[in-house]
Amino acid sequence: MKLGMTLSAALVASVSWASMASAQTELSMWYHGAGNEVEANILNKIVEDFNASQSDWTVVVESFPQESYNDSVVAAALAGNLPDIIDVDGPVMPNWAWAGYMQPLKIDEAAIEGFLPGPLGYWNGELYSVGLWDAAVAMVTRQSTLDALGLRTPTLEQPWTGEEFQAALDVAKDSGDFEYALDLGMAWTGEWYPYAFSPFLQSFGGDIVDRSTYTTAEGALNGPEALAFGEWWQSMFVDGYAPGTSQDPADRDTGFVDGKYAFSWNGNWAALNALEAHDDTLFLPAPDFGNGPKIGAASWQFGVSSASENPDGASAFIQFALQDQYLADFSNGIGLIPPTAESAAMTENYGEDGAMAVFFDLTQAQALVRPVTPGYVVSAKVFEKALADIANGADVADTLDAAVDEINADIDRNGGYGH
Amino acid sequence: MAAINQDNHGLRLAMRYVVLTLLAVVFIFPLLFMVMSSFKPDLQLLRDTSSLRAFLPVGDISLNNYYDAFARAPIGLFVFNSVLVTGVTVLLSLFFCSLAAFSFVYLNWKGRDLALTIIIATLIIPFETIAIPLLLLVSKLPWIGLEGVQIGWLDSYHVQIIPWIADGLTVFLFVQYFKDLPNELIEASRVEGATWWQIYRKVVMPLSGPVIATAAILKFLVMYNQYLWPLIVVQQETYRPVMVGLQYFFQLNISWGEIMAYLTIITVPVLAFYLILQRAFIASIASTGVKG
Repeated sequence: MKLGMTLSAALVASVSWASMASAQTELSMWYHGAGNEVEANILNKIVEDFNASQSDWTVVVESFPQESYNDSVVAAALAGNLPDIIDVDGPVMPNWAWAGYMQPLKIDEAAIEGFLPGPLGYWNGELYSVGLWDAAVAMVTRQSTLDALGLRTPTLEQPWTGEEFQAALDVAKDSGDFEYALDLGMAWTGEWYPYAFSPFLQSFGGDIVDRSTYTTAEGALNGPEALAFGEWWQSMFVDGYAPGTSQDPADRDTGFVDGKYAFSWNGNWAALNALEAHDDTLFLPAPDFGNGPKIGAASWQFGVSSASENPDGASAFIQFALQDQYLADFSNGIGLIPPTAESAAMTENYGEDGAMAVFFDLTQAQALVRPVTPGYVVSAKVFEKALADIANGADVADTLDAAVDEINADIDRNGGYGH
Repeated sequence: MAAINQDNHGLRLAMRYVVLTLLAVVFIFPLLFMVMSSFKPDLQLLRDTSSLRAFLPVGDISLNNYYDAFARAPIGLFVFNSVLVTGVTVLLSLFFCSLAAFSFVYLNWKGRDLALTIIIATLIIPFETIAIPLLLLVSKLPWIGLEGVQIGWLDSYHVQIIPWIADGLTVFLFVQYFKDLPNELIEASRVEGATWWQIYRKVVMPLSGPVIATAAILKFLVMYNQYLWPLIVVQQETYRPVMVGLQYFFQLNISWGEIMAYLTIITVPVLAFYLILQRAFIASIASTGVKG
């Protein structure tokens, strides 16, 4: 009898579980972090928590290597095989939204209150994606270097002017203590160029495209301000301040730590290594070339694909993932900047007196998202090539004019990208 | 006089060995660098690149990169997928392409020359130009599997195999080889009453070892190095091959030691396959050289 009751109870329980499981609608999610165990563990934890928190949806994650993720998404979009939830690099989002790969998010505004601007992906006035972190760059150096060279320590309130920065490079170069005064990271290619270097251009007063219309690069990328930027940029390499496009990737990784460079323009993801190597490492704000100091913003973000038949569930997952604890977990795990002050306070490195708290302040004070336009994916590549050519000695005005023509031709070919 | 000739011969031999040794060094050093680097921590690896130490097992040597590489990616799965897809494709390709070549060389049928010309012309079409149309095609094709009829071949082994079975180069290699086989053998077999299938199976193919080895190696390399096609048709890790798997190692902070360990592991099947077939491959190249 007892056995019979036990079996009956087990049967009822299993049927209930099965009916609950079958009542849950599966949401597929693609993520760019394959090969990154730490990231995978944090994301899987969020997914497990979400799946256990309600009975309507079950999120199933498929991870992709970051290097090939965008190609996989574009191919899947062509083949009609997109998942419900995708992640997308911030500056690429407008292109995917414009191309019809994504739909607007349906999340509560309160969930993104207090977010840094970088992790919020807006296109055409609608929120399409939200990031669980941001990234920032800084001018990395050592206090002992500044002291030895007799340089003042720039602050957020009073960053170096362009002239001061140039003087700092001059004195570092003339000291003979370094192979190069400045490491710009020319060994890194791809998105690093527009992400890290277009803020210099913007600080000079130029831009990759004219943000007032987004329909032309004329004047923005080849106007007097852009020409001044181009001349300065070229001087960095021609005059021997910085290693050029032939920089050894090994030097990019270890050059600053080894003392080859006085200053290194690098991201917060490399900050812990620098701190471990030298406890007097400093992360300085970007210099102000006349139009305010600027750094790039926006990293990977979550969004809902246009193919999703369950946008409510997909948005519910994304909103669930925006809890401060998860934002802090990602920051602690992979070192990136938490998007809110509350989550920053919960982290090891970005809280008050945290070793990298300065990056949160830098992002808040200086960050400027890359041009919010579908054409960015093309103009970024044109910009990268132009900067590499100028670094290699090409005529500045001709190169920037050619880049403008190429960007404008692409905008025309695509009917203005909906602007 | 004889002494002078002997001296010249010795000098020529020495020169030949010097040149061959230099060539061998050029080809072996990248492999040596890869293997040696796979045992070194990143910092040492990067510092060693500027000296001959890069090619020597010196310094802090360990298997840590291998442990870390296996922890980062399911390497065994990737190698299994690549070997399976490559192996099946090579076998099917050898069978179907040799059959096609047999038909082109020995059977008379209308439009034969035109068909062969078209097939060989496909050699000049880069795969990248047909990748998207092919993707759209396979995403709409039906497939009968264990779960019944499904629409779309994406995320499967067969989507990585079937489009690659037939190719112009393999057909061309077999056609060229079959043309050089003595026609008397075929005629004698026909007189004896053999069917075309019997002639293909019992006469022609047993004589075609060298071209089979050549075609197999070339096809193996193409398939094992597949990147673009699996990247766009496979979204599930379960079916990913080794070259797509390599991307797992390009993170924000790249570990070059792990990359070298991964490359060393995935190079093993290629070397093993080549070593197994190298004698026949060289024989094929050599025989191609003396004909004409």
